[in-house]
Amino acid sequence: MSAALSVEGLTTSLRIDGVWRDAVRDVSFELARGETLALVGESGCGKSLTAMTVMGLLPAGVGRLSAGRIVIDGVETSGLAEAQLEKVRGDAIGMIFQEPMTSLNPVLTVGFQIAESLIQHRGLSRRQARERARELMELVRIPAAAQRLDSYPHQFSGGMRQRVMIALAIACEPKVLIADEPTTALDVTVQAQVLDLLGSLQRDKGLGVLLITHNLGVVATNAQRVMVMYGGDVVESGEVGAFFANPRHPYSRALLAAMPRVDRPTADLSPIPGQVPTLADMPEGCRFQSRCPLREEACARRPPLTPLRDDPRHLTRCVVTAREAS
Amino acid sequence: MIAYLAKRLLLAAPTLLAVLTLVFVLVRIVPGDPAFVILGDQATPQALAELRGRLGLDQPLWRQYAAFMSDVLTGDFGRSLVTNRPVMTDVLAVLPYTIELTIASLIIGVVFGVPLGVWAARSRDGFADWVARIVSLAGLSFPAFVSGIMMLIAFAIHFRWFPVISKGVPLTDPVERLRSLALPALNLGLIMVAYLTRVTRSGMLKAMSEDYVRTARAKGMPTTIVIWRHGFRNVLIPIVTVIGLYLGVLIGNSVLTEIVFNRPGLGKLIIGALEKRDYTMLQGLMVIYAFIIVVVNLLTDLAYGLVDPRVKTT
Repeated sequence: MSAALSVEGLTTSLRIDGVWRDAVRDVSFELARGETLALVGESGCGKSLTAMTVMGLLPAGVGRLSAGRIVIDGVETSGLAEAQLEKVRGDAIGMIFQEPMTSLNPVLTVGFQIAESLIQHRGLSRRQARERARELMELVRIPAAAQRLDSYPHQFSGGMRQRVMIALAIACEPKVLIADEPTTALDVTVQAQVLDLLGSLQRDKGLGVLLITHNLGVVATNAQRVMVMYGGDVVESGEVGAFFANPRHPYSRALLAAMPRVDRPTADLSPIPGQVPTLADMPEGCRFQSRCPLREEACARRPPLTPLRDDPRHLTRCVVTAREAS
Repeated sequence: MIAYLAKRLLLAAPTLLAVLTLVFVLVRIVPGDPAFVILGDQATPQALAELRGRLGLDQPLWRQYAAFMSDVLTGDFGRSLVTNRPVMTDVLAVLPYTIELTIASLIIGVVFGVPLGVWAARSRDGFADWVARIVSLAGLSFPAFVSGIMMLIAFAIHFRWFPVISKGVPLTDPVERLRSLALPALNLGLIMVAYLTRVTRSGMLKAMSEDYVRTARAKGMPTTIVIWRHGFRNVLIPIVTVIGLYLGVLIGNSVLTEIVFNRPGLGKLIIGALEKRDYTMLQGLMVIYAFIIVVVNLLTDLAYGLVDPRVKTT
C-alpha cells in the first residue's frame, strides 16, 4: 500500500521585501496510513508553512513551492493547477486549524459547512449531505447532533467548534489529515478529549495524521514519529520513543531541557540562549550554529540529515552528534 | 422574527415622540414672536393678535403641546402659511418623486457599487482596483450640482437622450417618467456607488483574509464559491450598515439634485418653505423626515436580522 502522503525535497520560498528567500528547505518525509507524524518546533520554524505548502494554500505572490514533490494518496499535487488542486483538497486531504473560534464561517450553519464539501466532492444532494453531516457530528461526539445541524458557530463552545472542524475535515474520508496546533486554543481537559477523538478516528479510518505542535507532551502521547524543525530545516527525525530517550540534535536537546516537567523543580528550566535568526540573516551551513554549545568549524557547511549507525530510522542534521553516535 | 419586529417598533415610538417634542420646542424657542416673524415689522397689532389666535400661540404651553401632538398623531400638520393648503397635501404630492429618486439611486448604487467593490478587492492594486478608486473618488468629491450639470450637458443637451427639465410627469406615462428619472437617479446614485464600492472593497479584503475563508479553501471549494458564499456573505453586514446610514443622508441630499434637474420633491419643498418662512410647512417637513429616518432604521435592523445570524431575532 502506498503512503498516504509523501513529500520529497519540499522547498518553500517567501517573498520578503521583494526578495524570494527559502523559508522551508528540502523537507522530505513519508506518512503511512494510520500513522501520526508530529512536526515540532518553535514559532516561525516553518512547520505551518510546510503544512500550507502540502495543502497548496500558499498565498499567491507571497509564497511558492520552489522545489520538491508532493504526492497525496498516490496523486502528485505539486505543479497542479489551482482547479485540479481544489479536487484534492478537502477530498484526499483535510486540514484542521489552531483557531476554532475563527475558522468557521459565522453566517453559515455548521450542518451546511460540514455538508458543503460532500456536495462539492461527492456530488451528494443537499438532503443526503445533511444526513451525512448529522452522522459526522455524532461521530465527533457532538451531543444532540440532529438538533444542532442548523445552529451557527457562535452557539458552540471552542471545544465543540473544534469537533465541527474535525467533522468538516474528515467529511470526505481523506487519507491524510493535517492538524495544525489543533488543541493550542483549548482548555486542558478539552484538549485531551479532542486528541482522544482524533486518535480513535485515526484507528477506525486508517487516517494518516500530520500533527503540528509545539507541545512535546502531546507528541509523546499521540505520535509514533517526530520531526523537529528549526529555521526551515528538519534537524532531527525519528521514532518517538528513541527521540525522547536519546535526542541527538543540540536543538532538540535544548528544546527538551526548556520544557517544564512535573518530576523536576522549575528552577531547572533552561531557556535556549539567543534568538532565531531572521530569514535575511540566516547563517550558511547549520542554521542553529549561532546558538549551539557544540559549534565547531565544520558547522559552516550545511550538514546533511545523517542516519545514526545504531538506529538508521533516527536522523540528525548535526556533524558533531552524528559522529558521537558512531 | 415577528417578536423582533414588534420590539423594534416599540423602540421606535419613544424616538419619534422625542423628535416631535424637539420640533415643538425648536419652533417655540426661535427668538421673537413667530407671528411677528411671519407678518414682518409692518404688521398691525390686530393682525398679530389674529395670527397668534389662529396658530394657537395665545394658549398655555402645555395646551399647545397637547394640541400639536394630537394633530400630528392624526396626520394633521396644519395649513401652509404661504399657500394655505394643508401641509400634508403638499407633502403627499411630491413624496412619490422623492421616494422613487431615492430607491432608483439606491438600486444604481448596489448594482454598480457592490460588484465593483468585489472586483476591486480581487485584483488589489490591479486595473479594477484603480477603476474603483477613481469612481469612488469622483462620486465623493464631485458636488451634486457639478456632476448634475455635466450630465445635463452631455446626455440631455448634446445627445438629447433625456429631458433637460424633469418636471412632474404623471404615472400614466411610465416611459417618460422613467426617462425623467434616469439622470437625477444617476447623479444621486453616484454617491451611493462611491460609498458602496469602498465598503465592499475593504470588507472583501478583510473577509478574504479571515480564517474561515482559509477553511473553505482547505475544503477544496472553488474560488467563485469561496468569494461569494464564504467571503461576500460576511460583507453583507457592513453593506447593510452603509445603506442604512446613507439612505437617510441620501434623502436629505436630494435637494441639490432636485434643483439642478428642476424636479419636484421634499428637498425643493424644504428650500421653498425656508425662503418664504413657512413655519408650519417646516414643522411638518421636520416630522416627515424624522419619520422616514425612523422607518429606514427599522428596515435596517430588519435586514441585519436576515444577514447576520448572530443578531437575535427572537
